[in-house]
Amino acid sequence: MTELTPRPDDLGLTAAAKANVPIENQNAKSFFAQLQGFWVTFTTMFKKVTTVEYPEVKEPMAEGFHGRHQLNRYDDGLEKCIGCELCAWACPADAILVEGESNTEDARYSPGERYGKVYQINYLRCIFCGLCVEACPTRALTMTNEYELADDSRSKLIFEKEDLLAPLRSGALKPPHPMAEGKTHIDYYRGDITDIKND
Amino acid sequence: MTPEQALLETEVAIEMITVVIDGFEVTVPKGTLVIRAAEKLGIQIPRFCDHPLLKPAGACRQCLVDIEINGRAFPKPQASCTIPVENNMIVKTQLTSTVAEKAQEGIMEFLLINHPLDCAVCDKGGECPLQNQAMSTGRPESRFEGVKRTFEKPISISSQVLLDRERCVLCARCTRFSEEIAGDPFITLNERGALQQVGIYEKDPFESYYSGNTVQICPVGALTGTSYRFRARPFDLVSIDSACEHCASGCAMRTDIRRGKTLRRLAGDDPSVNEEWNCDKGRWAFKYLTNRERVTTPMIRGADGELHETSWPEAIAFAAAGLKDKRAGVLVGGRTTVEDAYGYSKFARVALGTNDIDFRARPHSDEETSFLSRVALNLKTTYKDIDVADQVVLLGFEPEEESPIVFLRIYKQVSKRALPVLSDAPFASRGSEKLGAVLISDLSKIANLTTKSVVIVGERLAETRGAFSSVYELINKSGAKLAWIPRRSGEPGALAAGAIPTLLPGGRPVTDPAARVDVAAAWSVESLPTSQGRSTSEILLALNVKNLDAVVIGGVDPLDISSTALTQLLNSFVVSLEISHSAITAVADVVLPVAAVIEKSGSYLDWQGSPRVFEKAIADSLSRSDVRILSMLADEMGSPINLPTVSATAREIASLGKWDGTPVAFEKSVSEKITELGEKLNLKSWRLLLDLGTLQGGEANLAGTARKASAHISKARAEKIGVKSGELISISSELGSLELPVEICEMADDLIWVPRNSIGSQVIANLGFVNGQVKVIKA
Repeated sequence: MTELTPRPDDLGLTAAAKANVPIENQNAKSFFAQLQGFWVTFTTMFKKVTTVEYPEVKEPMAEGFHGRHQLNRYDDGLEKCIGCELCAWACPADAILVEGESNTEDARYSPGERYGKVYQINYLRCIFCGLCVEACPTRALTMTNEYELADDSRSKLIFEKEDLLAPLRSGALKPPHPMAEGKTHIDYYRGDITDIKND
Repeated sequence: MTPEQALLETEVAIEMITVVIDGFEVTVPKGTLVIRAAEKLGIQIPRFCDHPLLKPAGACRQCLVDIEINGRAFPKPQASCTIPVENNMIVKTQLTSTVAEKAQEGIMEFLLINHPLDCAVCDKGGECPLQNQAMSTGRPESRFEGVKRTFEKPISISSQVLLDRERCVLCARCTRFSEEIAGDPFITLNERGALQQVGIYEKDPFESYYSGNTVQICPVGALTGTSYRFRARPFDLVSIDSACEHCASGCAMRTDIRRGKTLRRLAGDDPSVNEEWNCDKGRWAFKYLTNRERVTTPMIRGADGELHETSWPEAIAFAAAGLKDKRAGVLVGGRTTVEDAYGYSKFARVALGTNDIDFRARPHSDEETSFLSRVALNLKTTYKDIDVADQVVLLGFEPEEESPIVFLRIYKQVSKRALPVLSDAPFASRGSEKLGAVLISDLSKIANLTTKSVVIVGERLAETRGAFSSVYELINKSGAKLAWIPRRSGEPGALAAGAIPTLLPGGRPVTDPAARVDVAAAWSVESLPTSQGRSTSEILLALNVKNLDAVVIGGVDPLDISSTALTQLLNSFVVSLEISHSAITAVADVVLPVAAVIEKSGSYLDWQGSPRVFEKAIADSLSRSDVRILSMLADEMGSPINLPTVSATAREIASLGKWDGTPVAFEKSVSEKITELGEKLNLKSWRLLLDLGTLQGGEANLAGTARKASAHISKARAEKIGVKSGELISISSELGSLELPVEICEMADDLIWVPRNSIGSQVIANLGFVNGQVKVIKA
């Protein structure tokens, strides 16, 4: 049999085993010390709890929490996204796919010439870093507080444009529709379009 | 002898000049611009208007540097793109001179004052010299607080080029290109000062065949292609070097792919062929793939007369059963790669045991067959010969319409040193006008041919009997250089691969026993068919009268051959290898889907005979090259051709090499006697670059710049018929007629010219022939 060489980190156990010495628990020396420990547990039972009964109870997240994305609209319902793909470019996880398309007179989805025809975010890849939101030149992409992003298949976690678009506010029209009368895409960009009622 | 010619005759010793740039010495030829000399040292001076293939303009002023000659400094920074190097010149760029740096920063600030900075929606964003150089040279923050100049955006320069005027930095690259390179001065700089802008001549439409190049060389996003506008971002695209599949010019191309789809094509950089240019057809005609319904699965025609989808083994077995031990021919089509053409060639000889194979899907003649197999194959003329030619003669060849890059090369010499050009065209087309071509009615008018002259013959020469013989005689007598430039990209390669009734691969004559032994040994077969085969028209005729039972057809449009070609196929067993549903698949018994160009690797031979190799652009495509399918078919027929892959085929072609035996002498034909015309006119035609060609389908923006079809007749003839310019005439033959507006021009009174395959003028379909006599009356 070869001689065991004690490893430097074996805490003397090899030597103890060789000498056949019982290992003693050096810490639990007194009953009082144990009581002290249980007292901590007991007092904690009367403290206010910070956890909630999720999923029955849902707490709002802190402001600026990085949750599911949202594609915003102007007040009249036109989309803010111009399909520039800067979010896709900024994304370190390659989670975003965008394809642009031209607006036409018959089918206008956003002010200006260009809109995002395809917009997908793959939440299996997204790391919620928010670089896409920083990159967006029209503030079309922001993040919501929604964090419940679990599902039972991969395809369900690739969110399409319809899943990401902000809901229409009252008075807003679902695109495609023309820009507000007498306004250009620059007015939209500057935020001069507020509370437009399309009737 | 002019000094220009003297320069061509002798290699003049070039004077070298040494300059100091940023403390480094560099020696360059005299006349080199400072900006190029700096490039040689790896010093990048920012620039917009400078382009190595265009004349210096000094328009954008971005390349300002500090220059000192013989100890005397220029009082102000100078544009390095306009100043040639001189001895004892000391240049300080932005890297070593604060004056130059400040000047460049100032210019950048000026350029950005009126630039909209709409990079987010601009197609150029991500590959934009202005964007990049604003980052490297510009100020980090703008000091401009005023309102930017705006224009209505975008305006159409043509149906395929859009202009956003506020993005323009007035570098004049586009206007210089269209004037200097293309010879189509359709765009120009209008107005002055802050209102200066690129504009079009309102009366003349922008019908240049080269307009796409202006989009490519625009250093900002001012000029954009309609078809690509907002389609993609450069970082989304995977770029692949490719070769153009349209004509035999042989352009190097760049194909940009996103997720299995071609988004755009750009001119590649090959100084010996297309320099950095290409034509609009090469750039924008790629939607043919998605235009018609693709054939994705093999199909066989059932007892009910309909095509039914089936499995590969079943389709191959069905096709093999229909071809085995039958008398069959092969029509290859003019668009195959060299490897595919070689596959067809070997398949015909080994599996079908016949020399009945032809790549010519167009009017052709026996005289042409003889010319191609004895003369055309051994020509060594190149683009370089055009550059130094003392005269260019164009016979049956309209360069701007049929090989646009050859046109650019000739035009370059015409504008540089007034190169004389002769053409046998019936009237001066726009291309001929730009070249200043002298029109000749017959070959006897060609004079002063020297060994430096270049005679270019096109495929249409086959339509005139005896023409090839006369050219052959002319070349033999004068020693001038001869080039054969067919219209289609696959034809030179198919000729070299032996897809012609008289030749085996490598130019080996089928009638030469030694050549046959050579090939039979390489192919490990006992013998090869000995007699000369049938040409395309003879194959079709034989199919019609049941002298042949079956035919294998590649990419062929029957209406390119004759109006009866399709009906001649009806009674035989047709195996069609196709990418999309076509007139041939509609009558085929077996349809085998093959790969399109972007889905396969391979090579074309350009007209110079040099290979243009390209790789598969779409990596995960399941489509197979023709040669692989032919190999499967041959295996099933029990006479394998052993060409399982494109690379194996390329290796076999290389190992077989060229024939080094004596070629058979060219058989001359006698010229046709001119028959009495009476009241009829002789029809002349050629295809325009942009027309109804199959490969241009699905691209409406490109079609928008096609030249309008009109019939050209002489003034005297027009008076005789009683029509004025623009009025309709009716042109008829025994088989049909067509109506076209008249354009009166300088031409012979007994001729009429119409475009061959344009809207309202499909000559073969409408009149039944391309070369004959027609009756012309006022409609």
